[in-house]
Amino acid sequence: MGMAAEAQFHVLAVDDSLIDRKLIERLLKTSSYQVTTVDSGSKALEFLGLREDDQTDPNPPSVSSNHHEMEVNLIITDYCMPGMTGYDLLKKIKESSSLKDIPVVIMSSENVPSRISRCLEEGAEEFFLKPVQLSDVNRLRPHLLKGKLKEQQEQLQIEQLLPLPPPPPPAVQQQQLQPQPPSNKRKAIEEGLSPERRRPRYSGLAMV
Amino acid sequence: MALKALKSQLKAVLESLYTEGVLDHQFDQLQALQDANNPGFVVEVVTLFYEDTEKTLRELTKYLEQPIADNQRVDSYVHQLKGSSSSIGAQQIKLACIDFHQACLDNNKDGPLIKLSMNSIIYKANSRLLFSWRKESLLMIPNNSDDY
Repeated sequence: MGMAAEAQFHVLAVDDSLIDRKLIERLLKTSSYQVTTVDSGSKALEFLGLREDDQTDPNPPSVSSNHHEMEVNLIITDYCMPGMTGYDLLKKIKESSSLKDIPVVIMSSENVPSRISRCLEEGAEEFFLKPVQLSDVNRLRPHLLKGKLKEQQEQLQIEQLLPLPPPPPPAVQQQQLQPQPPSNKRKAIEEGLSPERRRPRYSGLAMV
Repeated sequence: MALKALKSQLKAVLESLYTEGVLDHQFDQLQALQDANNPGFVVEVVTLFYEDTEKTLRELTKYLEQPIADNQRVDSYVHQLKGSSSSIGAQQIKLACIDFHQACLDNNKDGPLIKLSMNSIIYKANSRLLFSWRKESLLMIPNNSDDY
């Protein structure tokens, strides 16, 4: 069995509890995700290349040459953490122009409706009650796929903005069925016009 | 042959732990996450839980020995213990933590002390049962001579 060439989704998991980090790591790896775990919100921001003062770190831990491998596709974080809570982390991510499109999921051991709605309003995709189950982790996939799709669409848009040969004038549209080499655009225009010219003669004959 | 006997013994121990409410469904989840590629997962997590819990109980005892117990501080340790016990399926401990938290909320001065001693008792009882399970589970790590 060879190494899969396709890129795996990379999830960053944030939790101050070692046991919960082990658990979420296992759950995510079982679902074939690449996982990085950190024990605090500030370490998460450091990993993502964002300094505490909200400036993007020019030299993030993930060096630019490896940046593609270090790309994070989803962040899953505990709510209750000392120092920076999961909610604080969520806010910082959503306020950052470079990170705001990364989907964020919150986990909590407490079922507090106001907490849940506050997180969702701030932009969290999902709110999982702990202990997190495999069925919860399965709900991550659509968010990851959506993110990938959005990325691909943005890439396509970028490509479309690149300079292309100018589109041919409308008269030649009928001739476009045959591939025309770009250097013969003028010739294509002339050829395109000829059938137009011929038609009046035929119709003239028919009327006789 | 001996392995099979041990396996059924282990199964019996686990079943009684479930029946008594010492363990809950979450423990199943842990076992489901263990496979041939990660044979030591459950043992690893349970070991961490023990270390975590012992540390928490030491801290709790230290604070409670003070003339005026700092309920806030104690409650936050118990909150952590509630989290970890819930994550591994140690139901009895989790419930004891919930009771403890409630007692702190009720501001019952003697309540927390009583609850804590209950915690210790429950923990010790659990650790005896879980520990025996742990030894058995080490034998569950798949090896070539599995089928005799």
